[in-house]
Amino acid sequence: MLDGVPQYLASGLVVGGIYALIGLGFVVVFSVTRIVNFAQGEFVMLGALLTVTLQARRLGAPAAFVLAVAAVAAVGAVLERLAVRPLRGAPGLTVLILTIGAAIAIRGAGLVVWGTDPFAVAAFSDGPPLRVGGAVVARQGLWVLGVAGAVFAGLWWFFTRTYAGAAVRACAINPRAARLMGIRVDRVFLLAFALSGALGATAGAVVAPITYATYDMGLMLGLKGFVAAVLGGLVSPPGAIAGGFLLGVVEALAAGLVSSAYKDAVAFVVLIALCLAQATGRLPWRVPATE
Amino acid sequence: MHAAGRRAAVLLAVLVVVAALPAVVSSRYVLSTLVFTALHALAALGLSLVMGFAGQVSLGQAAFFAIGAYVSGVLTASHGWNGWAALAVAAGAGAATAAAVGGPIFRLSGPLLAMATLGFGIIVYYVLVNWTGVTGGPSGLGGIPPLAVGSVRLDSDAAMVRLAWGALLLALWLAGNVVDSRVGRALRAVAASEPAAEAAGIDAARMKLGVFAAAGGLTALAGGLYAHYVTFINPSPFGFAYSVELVVMVVLGGVTRLWGAVLGAAAVVALVEVLRAALPALTASHGAAEYEIVVFGAILMAFVIFLPGGLGAARSRA
Repeated sequence: MLDGVPQYLASGLVVGGIYALIGLGFVVVFSVTRIVNFAQGEFVMLGALLTVTLQARRLGAPAAFVLAVAAVAAVGAVLERLAVRPLRGAPGLTVLILTIGAAIAIRGAGLVVWGTDPFAVAAFSDGPPLRVGGAVVARQGLWVLGVAGAVFAGLWWFFTRTYAGAAVRACAINPRAARLMGIRVDRVFLLAFALSGALGATAGAVVAPITYATYDMGLMLGLKGFVAAVLGGLVSPPGAIAGGFLLGVVEALAAGLVSSAYKDAVAFVVLIALCLAQATGRLPWRVPATE
Repeated sequence: MHAAGRRAAVLLAVLVVVAALPAVVSSRYVLSTLVFTALHALAALGLSLVMGFAGQVSLGQAAFFAIGAYVSGVLTASHGWNGWAALAVAAGAGAATAAAVGGPIFRLSGPLLAMATLGFGIIVYYVLVNWTGVTGGPSGLGGIPPLAVGSVRLDSDAAMVRLAWGALLLALWLAGNVVDSRVGRALRAVAASEPAAEAAGIDAARMKLGVFAAAGGLTALAGGLYAHYVTFINPSPFGFAYSVELVVMVVLGGVTRLWGAVLGAAAVVALVEVLRAALPALTASHGAAEYEIVVFGAILMAFVIFLPGGLGAARSRA
């Protein structure tokens, strides 16, 4: 039974890379706007299905990938501009229902455009799976980890080495002070939503060859990305990355060693455990959404 | 006192109208739509208490509907229980589950709580699908007997219209009384400002948990009635889509009005009937999909941006 552990670890890390990307999308939006964007998972769905459609138009895989990510970033920006901005300062429940509505609207749009059938997606590169240690890893799994790694590096560079990235961090720390320093907070909000759209779409495009792409894939992936983000404290990009990999590995181990029927329940159990740990003061960090 | 008397009068009037309706209307379609409207409204009433008074949104409310339906269905179909006893146990199971789940997750608020309830709903759904020995799994559970009074089986649409609406109006009356009571004032204080309410000696966490448990019980009761009405249940109507549908009902009707749940349920039932007819033609494939969601999302967004008080507020503004 334990023979499978290296394999579970490898699969868990690959899936964890996806959760980390989605979790980062939650973190970027939440740390700036204090909004948990329920539509984050739907960005993943859009990224996956747009990649499918663009590839069907005989676009090369790289071009389809870039276009899909850019398009979903635009969707994120439009969502911020047309729906979130008019509700600035509204009660939390209102904004929450708004993003739930946005998630369902995007899902519905996906249903209308792509129908209910799952799409098989070609892997980024052909070839047999690779053996790593005691585990077999599909080539797409390496693409997931590679793309995730590149995105993490790119984000780190953006947040620490560019003016726009510093502006985002300033807004996350204190929007009012940021505004007084001449940062255009509205633009940072817009940027945060666009960035989360791009992160979700990236996750969707790289995961699609592994899982198939369907209009309803966003719900589960969104929930797990959220748990990854909460594991990391919801405002910390490195935390979300660690949380994503941790959740992926725990889930793969639970599915392999316990039961695969309840694999999707693992994320929820982790979430409840986190909540309990926080409520009893055993968690070394705070999740700001509960304040 | 005056408001309470007026409410009782309105409810009685509605009860008389509904009780008389099956004598006038004989269309099975109209009657069954009326039954479903009442059951959805009963379920949505619970959620509207959670949203209006605890200020929290549950995305897993369908799970309580499912618990009610399956507890009552399994007890009567597989264990030969009396329908009313099973229904009571079902409602109790809904309330108890809500209290048990709410204990840990109501320490959260806002988005975390919503996500936790979403996860809870998904888990219950998985259990329904996978626990085939008890629930029948995806192929469902059949042979659930209709409720009966003595030897009279309440299996006609006319009888179910009276029963479902009777239960709904009773629940509205009870909820109205609670809202006007000391407990209701405490709840409104918590909804307005939790720290202020706590400073006044109100245990906000306990209040919210109580509302959640009551909502779980009401929604489970609706689920139990549903099971005895349709006599066959499978997991598919109890998924995330139904949880969303309930949220849409509450938002459409207006979160702070008890009647909003009824108004919202009626609006959603009507909308779904129209969409079922119109939408498959517009979508790319004809699988059994949740076509309603195509417009539900847009409705939610439009209402929170343009009409946060719901349909009731629109009327009183006009």
